[in-house]
Amino acid sequence: MREGRAGRRAVIAIPYLWLLLFFMVPFAIVLKISFAETALGIPPFTPLIGPDDDGKTSLLASLANYRLIGDDFLYLRAYLNSLKFAAGATVCCLLIGYPLAYGIARAPRAWRGLLLMLVILPFWTSYLIRVYAWIGLLKGNGIINNLLIWAGLIGDPLPLLNNAFAVYLGLTYSYLPYMILPLYAQLEKLDPTLLEAAADLGCPPSRAFWNVTLPLSLPGIAAGCLLVFIPMVGEFVIPDLLGGPDTLMIGKVLWDEFFTNRDWPVASALAVSMLVLVVIPMALLRKHLGGGEAR
Amino acid sequence: MPLGGDGGAPYLRIEGVTKRFAGHAAVNNVSLDIGRGEFFALLGPSGCGKTTLLRMLAGFERPDAGAILIDGQDMAQVPPYLRPVNMMFQSYALFPHMTVASNVGFGLRQDKRPKDEIATRVSKVLDLVHMGRHAQRKPGQLSGGERQRVALARALVKEPKLLLLDEPMAALDRKLREETRFELVRIQNRVGITFIMVTHDQEEAMTTASRVAVMQSGNIVQVGTPREVYEQPATRFVADFIGAVNLFDGKVVEARDGAVSVIVEGLDVPIQAQGAPLAAGTAVSLAIRPEKIVLTAAKPEGASNLVQGVVREIAYRGDLSTYRIDLPSQKAVRATVPNIDRLAGPAVEVGQQAWLSWSVSAPVVLTQ
Ligand SMILES: Nc1ncnc2c1ncn2[C@@H]1O[C@H](COP(=O)(O)OP(=O)(O)OP(=O)(O)O)[C@@H](O)[C@H]1O
Ligand SMILES: [Mg+2]
Repeated sequence: MREGRAGRRAVIAIPYLWLLLFFMVPFAIVLKISFAETALGIPPFTPLIGPDDDGKTSLLASLANYRLIGDDFLYLRAYLNSLKFAAGATVCCLLIGYPLAYGIARAPRAWRGLLLMLVILPFWTSYLIRVYAWIGLLKGNGIINNLLIWAGLIGDPLPLLNNAFAVYLGLTYSYLPYMILPLYAQLEKLDPTLLEAAADLGCPPSRAFWNVTLPLSLPGIAAGCLLVFIPMVGEFVIPDLLGGPDTLMIGKVLWDEFFTNRDWPVASALAVSMLVLVVIPMALLRKHLGGGEAR
Repeated sequence: MPLGGDGGAPYLRIEGVTKRFAGHAAVNNVSLDIGRGEFFALLGPSGCGKTTLLRMLAGFERPDAGAILIDGQDMAQVPPYLRPVNMMFQSYALFPHMTVASNVGFGLRQDKRPKDEIATRVSKVLDLVHMGRHAQRKPGQLSGGERQRVALARALVKEPKLLLLDEPMAALDRKLREETRFELVRIQNRVGITFIMVTHDQEEAMTTASRVAVMQSGNIVQVGTPREVYEQPATRFVADFIGAVNLFDGKVVEARDGAVSVIVEGLDVPIQAQGAPLAAGTAVSLAIRPEKIVLTAAKPEGASNLVQGVVREIAYRGDLSTYRIDLPSQKAVRATVPNIDRLAGPAVEVGQQAWLSWSVSAPVVLTQ
């Protein structure tokens, strides 16, 4: 009895220890850096505790970095841009992913494994390479434009690359599997006799979808949207490779602060504010959705 | 009235319907006519195809052969949501995201009934199944029997022309079951719904149904009033499946007009029975209901069938007692005696010799 309880505690404790060590501790370090000031040297920021102007040892935390982020319109615009792209691409993922997940969940049992496999197949190739491949497809003399010109559908190449369209496309393409998998898991659980019951009570299939299937797949929709939306907000590779000057996203700004400007404190402050602005509302929403659903 | 309803053309006609799953016939060439307003019960062992037959009537399975006609109209091309049929599912199939009240109101909302009409009809039918208190709960918060009652209410509320009930009361306690049964009959009389009910409870079938059909591995082996099926089972299987029975296998030794003598293994005297004229030597089974056997301590006078055995067991069942008597051949025979008789007459106790007798009309002669 006693042993069982200790064992259960250990099982719970290990992942939490892992999280503490590799998530909370680094985050605390980032948080600490965000209150410091840049300095020339290694590391490139001032210590948090040290001699102040009077020579006394004291806490040297400053909110200057956060103030800078708040004042400079560049950061706010990049942040809003990120939200816009992430939200738009999430909607695209949902619109494409839902029918796909539904189709797989309703396919004959023997086929489902194969179809799921095809969804995960792109993961076998490096993410970076797949995004690069899109450049080859989309650029002015890329495959798509050449094909369209060859077919005589267009005269001049279409501007497909380095604009908002390419970013939406890249985000949707890259994150689609993360939308499909939770949706599939939810839809596969749906008892088909519920749809029979709906039909039996006079509900045609199209209406049964809105009355039964969709409400019962809401947890899957929520999970899928969160799973794609959050990393999309911080996405850096796709806007960098496929985007243009007007598709600045916060992840790219963060990267530039960190590596180009070597301004670790501002980069850290950006990272912290992103977390606060994105993750916490999402977590609350998730909790709310989770609580609303009767088990 | 052969159909038990208002006579005339049958409301539901099933013509040679067959359904195969992976080559195995779950329902095999079934033909049935069911009259308007009839209360029809389907009985049969697990896996004999009862649910499959109902699912074809509701439109969820397409028959491989045969036709289903409701009110003269062929249902082959009619989708489930347009059929004048409601089904109560064996697995209940309640919508988990809706409250009890919206589950029950679902069908009425599909018909676009006015809001206040829906509300009154839902609360009425919920009161009927004693679920009014739980109207705002979700199915996940109900017990098995409560869920079953909600499923029943949801099927009842639309008062369809044809109601299919797949074991509607299996999870209810005895008292509630009797009450619900009574309510179903009342609804049927009031609204004139045609009921088809699958049940494992013979008493339920016997007391509520105007006719019953007994199914065996996809086939209907007998259709008739409960009384016919009980008193004149068509086959050994039906006799054994409906109610308790003593079965003796034997051969006809002599046949006279309207009566046969059957020699049964383990008994030295032939059993006399009424029955169709059969050639001597025909293999038959005799089915004798336990309540038709008279049990006495003293040898009775002038009995046409008489055997002696030892009482091995007496099971008290309230109104009746069931005796298990071993014949000299070790074959066990069951006899039931009303307790009012048992207490009046001389007692036969466990371990004692007793006489068993029955009339010539008691055994049913079965050739298959
Ligand atoms: N979808 C299906 N696929 C394959 N076989 C099926 C399917 N549905 C039913 N069967 C088979 O058909 C036969 C009849 O099933 P059915 O559900 O009609 O039985 P039932 O009489 O309702 O039994 P129970 O009293 O246990 O509910 C069974 O052998 C069952 O395994
Ligand atoms: Mg069944």
